[in-house]
Amino acid sequence: MTRRLPIRVPANRKVRFGLLIFLVLVLVAAFGPLFVSHVLGQSPTRLHAGGALESPSGKHWLGTTSSGQDVLAQLVAGTRTSLLVGLVGGAIATALAVLLGVLSGYSTGRSGAALTAFVNIFLVIPGLPLLILVASYTRGRGGWVTVAVIIGLTSWAGGARAKRAQTLSLRNRDFVAAAGYSGESRARILFLEVMPHLAPVIASTFLFSVVGSIAAEAGLDFIGAGHASTVSWGTMLYWVQSQGALQSGAWWWFLPPGLCIALVGTAAGLVNFGVDELADPRLRTRRATGPAARPRRTGGLTPEKAR
Amino acid sequence: MTGLASSPSRPTGAAGTTGAGMTSDTEDTTGTTGTGETSAPVLEAVGLTRHIPMHGRHRGQSVRAVEGVDLALRRGQILALVGQSGSGKTTLARLLALGDRPTAGEIRFDGRQLDAARGRDRKQHFSHVQMIMQDPFASLNRLHRLRYILSRPLRNFGGVGSAELDARIIELLERVHLTPGREFIDKYPHELSGGQRQRAAIARALAADPSVLLGDEPVSMLDVSIRLDILNLLTELRDRDGLAMLYITHDIASARHVANDIVVMYSGRIVEGGPAEAVTQNAQHPYTQLLLAASPDPERLLAGDTDGTDDASDASDADNNGGTGTTTGTDRLDAARDADANTTDAAGCPFRARCPHAQPICAEQMPDPIDVGSGHWSRCWLHR
Repeated sequence: MTRRLPIRVPANRKVRFGLLIFLVLVLVAAFGPLFVSHVLGQSPTRLHAGGALESPSGKHWLGTTSSGQDVLAQLVAGTRTSLLVGLVGGAIATALAVLLGVLSGYSTGRSGAALTAFVNIFLVIPGLPLLILVASYTRGRGGWVTVAVIIGLTSWAGGARAKRAQTLSLRNRDFVAAAGYSGESRARILFLEVMPHLAPVIASTFLFSVVGSIAAEAGLDFIGAGHASTVSWGTMLYWVQSQGALQSGAWWWFLPPGLCIALVGTAAGLVNFGVDELADPRLRTRRATGPAARPRRTGGLTPEKAR
Repeated sequence: MTGLASSPSRPTGAAGTTGAGMTSDTEDTTGTTGTGETSAPVLEAVGLTRHIPMHGRHRGQSVRAVEGVDLALRRGQILALVGQSGSGKTTLARLLALGDRPTAGEIRFDGRQLDAARGRDRKQHFSHVQMIMQDPFASLNRLHRLRYILSRPLRNFGGVGSAELDARIIELLERVHLTPGREFIDKYPHELSGGQRQRAAIARALAADPSVLLGDEPVSMLDVSIRLDILNLLTELRDRDGLAMLYITHDIASARHVANDIVVMYSGRIVEGGPAEAVTQNAQHPYTQLLLAASPDPERLLAGDTDGTDDASDASDADNNGGTGTTTGTDRLDAARDADANTTDAAGCPFRARCPHAQPICAEQMPDPIDVGSGHWSRCWLHR
């Protein structure tokens, strides 16, 4: 009765909606390019596939750019690039944040102080200029992977700081000391007693690192620090800007990539509502059994079954 | 479980004790109880001291959390450690559990000196000496089921394999009266009441198959109606399994209920000790008298025996607003917390600032334990 299903569909409607958006975007990124090239017969890079700045039609579902490229094909290709950059960059940033944050919070003495100093140094390095600098230097070499790695390596410090603070507060909890008295090793205490309590923080860091990476990638491409031939939401916006799509009223060109970026952010925000459940088994129970289910600090009000 | 440190180790225990200087001798003559038994101590502290350095504005100073404490826990006996908040009770328990490193002094298990800095010593120690923490809401990780929580010490100390693990866990649960154990094994801590959680915490301590339990106010966070159950469980473990136990409390009445011996701690020092009945019925140290006056005791109120209360109210002249002896005592305890002498100089009796019988000599030196008969002793110049 107390066992959980291996996979639970979150009960929260916001979370469901957020997950749905992510699912759709992932499906588009995975199968969209196939659909575009085989069913619609379009390519994101072919110039003059149609006339310049054609509005949406049966042939070009989202119209064309000023060079006659198919906007839908670009958007779909851009979704794949942006999501990949987001996932890889977010994963790198989160992994570094967890590793350095938790270790610097959990270790005492010199090693802890050194790690904290390292985190602090990265925290005060202004991320965006560094990002632009490195991205302009590599300029397209290595494609989206390089961009993702650069973003990941420059954006973990804030998350690490948050993990450190959480770890510090967890380190002195009674159950950590109790685990020590139970003969647990330090590593085991860290990974199985302390770390699970960080799950919501880690999950929300990951969510927002993904969004942050997507935004950073778009930002880099938008200011022209990316590779001009990559198709991503950022490069689309770059061309929108440089070709003056706004002035010519080509809404089908600038609206889709902008909306997509906003959609990813919204989805992350919605999913974040469900993240708390990760570290509180109490929230997982299907139906709350009323106030009696929370016997905090009063213990004895309910008659004890265990006499 | 109790076979670990029985008779063969006695000689070493005795040898270790003689080398310890004045304190352990006094322990042997005085600390050992009127219950007649004088078995060698299982866990012993000699001159145990812990100074905690302060930071910030008070940098350089240190809190004398525990100051030269001698204690001996014996098989099949409960020693109660009584004192007010901040008197160093928990620090002492952590030191005894090797959860903290002493500034000075020794901890001996079965006569063998232990080094809290050595990981091997610590792990070995945890298999003999287990701690029950004060707050069962904080001491169980809410993310784990009881199965996991209890399996860890079983695996770490007992080398219990997966095959018999469940059976052992259920056995543990039933030993602390969480019955039927099969029903509790998959519960999360939040599905248990406070008393049940504390039982689970006790089960975890027992999983290591220890010979000593250190209870750090094990019932203070629990509802009054459940306290007695847990206390009876502890006495049952003592009587049935012959565990040695340290029962830390600020409630001297419950100490009298469960303990064989009581020691009273004030500001890091032990000021009085002896058989539970003697200490509670015939308190010698002014602080113990004050503590007793602060605990509601219907018998004493009815009998009008206000020995301790009188002393307390003599000194509290102005702020005695006509309450019973009980409220007087409480007021005095509150006032005393402010004037706590933890950070002041080491010399002298820490209680002198509040003591109705303070004399000049109290500021200079604290007396050695003075025997007042049948294993009952006190550290007060009054009895010199």
